[in-house]
Amino acid sequence: MRISVDQSKCCGSGMCVLTDPDLFDQNEEDGTVVLLEEHPDAAHEATAKEAAGLCPAGAITVS
Amino acid sequence: MTELISEELPTTRQNPFDPPAEVTQIREQARISRLKFADGHLGWLVTGHHQVREILGSPKFTNNPEKHHLLDKRFQGEVPEEGRKVEPGMFLSQDPPDHTRLRKMLQGQFTVRRMNQLSEWIGTIVDDQLKHLRTFDGKADLVKEFALPVPSLVICALLGVDYDERHRFQDDTATMLSLEVSFKEAMAAFARIQDFMRELIARKKANPGGDDMISDLLATGEPTDEEASNMAMLLLLAGHETTANMLGIGTFTLLQHPDQLKILKDEPEVIDNAVEELMRYLSIIHFGPVRTAAEDVEIDGHLIKAGDTVLMHVPAANRDPDKFPGNPEELDLRRPASGHVAFGHGIHQCLGQQLARIEMRIGFSKLFQEFPDLRLDVEPEEVPLRTDMGIYGVHSLPVAWSA
Repeated sequence: MRISVDQSKCCGSGMCVLTDPDLFDQNEEDGTVVLLEEHPDAAHEATAKEAAGLCPAGAITVS
Repeated sequence: MTELISEELPTTRQNPFDPPAEVTQIREQARISRLKFADGHLGWLVTGHHQVREILGSPKFTNNPEKHHLLDKRFQGEVPEEGRKVEPGMFLSQDPPDHTRLRKMLQGQFTVRRMNQLSEWIGTIVDDQLKHLRTFDGKADLVKEFALPVPSLVICALLGVDYDERHRFQDDTATMLSLEVSFKEAMAAFARIQDFMRELIARKKANPGGDDMISDLLATGEPTDEEASNMAMLLLLAGHETTANMLGIGTFTLLQHPDQLKILKDEPEVIDNAVEELMRYLSIIHFGPVRTAAEDVEIDGHLIKAGDTVLMHVPAANRDPDKFPGNPEELDLRRPASGHVAFGHGIHQCLGQQLARIEMRIGFSKLFQEFPDLRLDVEPEEVPLRTDMGIYGVHSLPVAWSA
């Protein structure tokens, strides 16, 4: 599993951090997404997918 | 196939917590149907959850009010061309790249971490307000003494607005949100709040270095004074009416669902999900948001033509069985409720949502911890509902407890 994020799409809603703070953080300056784990273990698969689905700006892709 | 065409959207609810039955019926017939706007335009009404998300997430729709057909019959023929122009800094009504530039200036202030750091401080504001509530002898209006003051105190302190000056914006905010005032009255209220915000910006520029969001925003040197003033106004208005109404009607809802309230009392850890479920279940706008297609777009087999205005119906979408199967019409604090569109969707999704969540979690939790026997002090049908206001809720909530 691989997570990728697109900061240019991100609108800083924080939904990803709310969903799994082990995988995502937000930049202090402009609130945009910071990816903490590009290749998370299986335990985070469900929350990674949920975060991608909840992102209002479609800035998170899980493949 | 005959198309379903609605002429008008009701705000009156048969049950105070449910969307109007007429709208639920429309959703069950067609997730996307046609809607006559006040200016005669045949636009669209979207009641399906998936469809609302798709439109709000699409860059093919504009949020510029100059492009929207008029929905409100009150304003037909009343709104001059310049009255629809977007004021500088009003990023909620702008598209990228302006929207992106302005929102980015604020996003860092509303991150999950920043908001979590405020928890303890918000807790003391809630505690103080509950002490205040206790001074009333066993009965009070929960809206006036708790639900409205808590978010107002929070947003005023965050923005560096003197809470004692709330008379400068609270009544005018109510006027702007009223569905019954004329366009002139609404604009006059808007202008008065705008004056107040301009004064605030001037004061902060004369005394730089304040420990608040507006001072921080000004310190970046990025926005013009006009932009900063309107951005501050957006934050102030959005920051108190919305959460206040969720706290008010949310409490009413819990009092009317004793089995659910018992869950919240017995299992305090359910609060995070309870807030999401209350947001989903109540969806405290009557309808909206509105978008207009900037180019032809096909949604769910419907061709929405460039220039067509689309009204999303958030309360109907949040009860869509396609998204919340089984019993979407029931309040269920344990249901997986995330993914609701009560904060909107797409790049305009509520900027202050993480703050609102914390205010509601702490507000509901502490209220029922401190006042475990809180009860309604009138018959439920006597609670005055905000069917006349753009943001739904209760005008007042008479409650009682054992003093």
